[in-house]
Amino acid sequence: MIDFLLNHPVGIVILTFMKALALLVPLLIGVAYLTYAERKVLAAMQLRKGPNVVGPFGLLQPFADALKMIMKETIIPSGSNRLLFLLAPMLTFGLAMLAWAVIPVNDGWAIADINVGILYLFAISSLGVYGIIIAGWASNSKYAFLGAMRSAAQMVSYEVSMGFVLVSVLLCVGSLNLTDVVRAQTTVWFAIPLFPMFIIFFISALAETNRSPFDLPEGESEIVAGFFVEYSSMSFALFFLGEYANMILMSAMTTILFLGGWLAPFGIEPFTWIPGPIWFILKICFCLFVFLWVRATFPRYRYDQLMRLGWKVFLPFSLAWLVLTAGALLAFGWLPDV
Amino acid sequence: MAFLDRTARSMLLMELVSGLGLTLRYFFKPKVTINYPYEKGPISPRFKGEHALRRYPNGEERCIACKLCEAVCPAQAITIEAEPRDDGSRRTTRYDIDMTKCIYCGLCEEACPVDAIVEGPNFEFATETREELLYDKDKLLANGDRWEPELARRLELDAPYR
Repeated sequence: MIDFLLNHPVGIVILTFMKALALLVPLLIGVAYLTYAERKVLAAMQLRKGPNVVGPFGLLQPFADALKMIMKETIIPSGSNRLLFLLAPMLTFGLAMLAWAVIPVNDGWAIADINVGILYLFAISSLGVYGIIIAGWASNSKYAFLGAMRSAAQMVSYEVSMGFVLVSVLLCVGSLNLTDVVRAQTTVWFAIPLFPMFIIFFISALAETNRSPFDLPEGESEIVAGFFVEYSSMSFALFFLGEYANMILMSAMTTILFLGGWLAPFGIEPFTWIPGPIWFILKICFCLFVFLWVRATFPRYRYDQLMRLGWKVFLPFSLAWLVLTAGALLAFGWLPDV
Repeated sequence: MAFLDRTARSMLLMELVSGLGLTLRYFFKPKVTINYPYEKGPISPRFKGEHALRRYPNGEERCIACKLCEAVCPAQAITIEAEPRDDGSRRTTRYDIDMTKCIYCGLCEEACPVDAIVEGPNFEFATETREELLYDKDKLLANGDRWEPELARRLELDAPYR
């Protein structure tokens, strides 16, 4: 049986399918509970209680919400492009799931342990903007269109500085393989030597996932709901799931690149008793909490400020720090063997 | 020097970090939510809620059909018809309040010379149909019977200020 799964072509397909299922089902449950956690954390920071009626502590709230969403009518605006209108949410959701193929949950626990992991992640997250642009365009609505334009400009701008952060990380690692990235952090997590890059990466991740304070594409007070203003029912739910799955993905990327992935803190005794995947999940949870914490704290950026921050602050800063990192690695002979 | 200070502060995200610290403190503070359907906030004796027609302790209805409430009602939500009863006393044959028109100003209560029409403490009288909100005399008297202990206490508490 094991031999069949590992060596026979059909067996490999079945095994990969099972692996994907084992990753995606907990991920989707995580997405559901992220919406719950968001409401709870926001409520707590605003001195409220948050959902607490459906089930104990309101724990069944995500399922009630999902059920409500499914019962709603899917409305397709008459002026819209039907095909693209329905394709956009699927694309957004699909891409958010697709990126998880290369995320290593533990040493060797990635579905596809490919040698261009970082590049793959970067490519997939860049494709994410297509879902939004298509949604905004196909809706044939001014708000949706404005939201899509904002989102496109924003995601493109922040991807540039994010790229430099990734380059500086992979200079320290000497490999694009995500498992190698984590292994390279055995002595010290990259969050410590590359601290400014860590902060820039996290803020860019906020902008990349269109989260507050960079949630201009949604901008409730200005453009209603932005690119998904015309969506309802499951097509809306797919956008919603995609956005939250992207949040978890970005947290996972932050964890892998800067917080040592599945490695226990300091690699010392009491911490190493806890298995790697648990550490990985805990670190993701911490990053997600910061996502929500930031949302509860900061007001939305103005659009020109957002662009200024991306192009005139983050880009030169990350570029300078990249040169500095490269110079330090070269000068002290710390360059990794490739 | 001021420039350096300002630049250092913005580069180290001082303001953002202090903002985050503030929200984190609030995160652990006790919550102020009143868990509504299970917990309710206190209500003043003057609270203007659902209307009720009161009776005297002997069971006789208080309303004498003076129609002051009908006259004073700014939303014209009250409709009264009256004629002498068999024993010669003047009583209403019809006392309707359109709760969808009512603005809960409490003027009917203030106008009433015999404390017959009052606004009670009840604010949970939502209905599924509009017709259920067109209250007639029976409904109002039933409200009065249901809330009488509370209504009497409230009138007593508010009496010094009338």
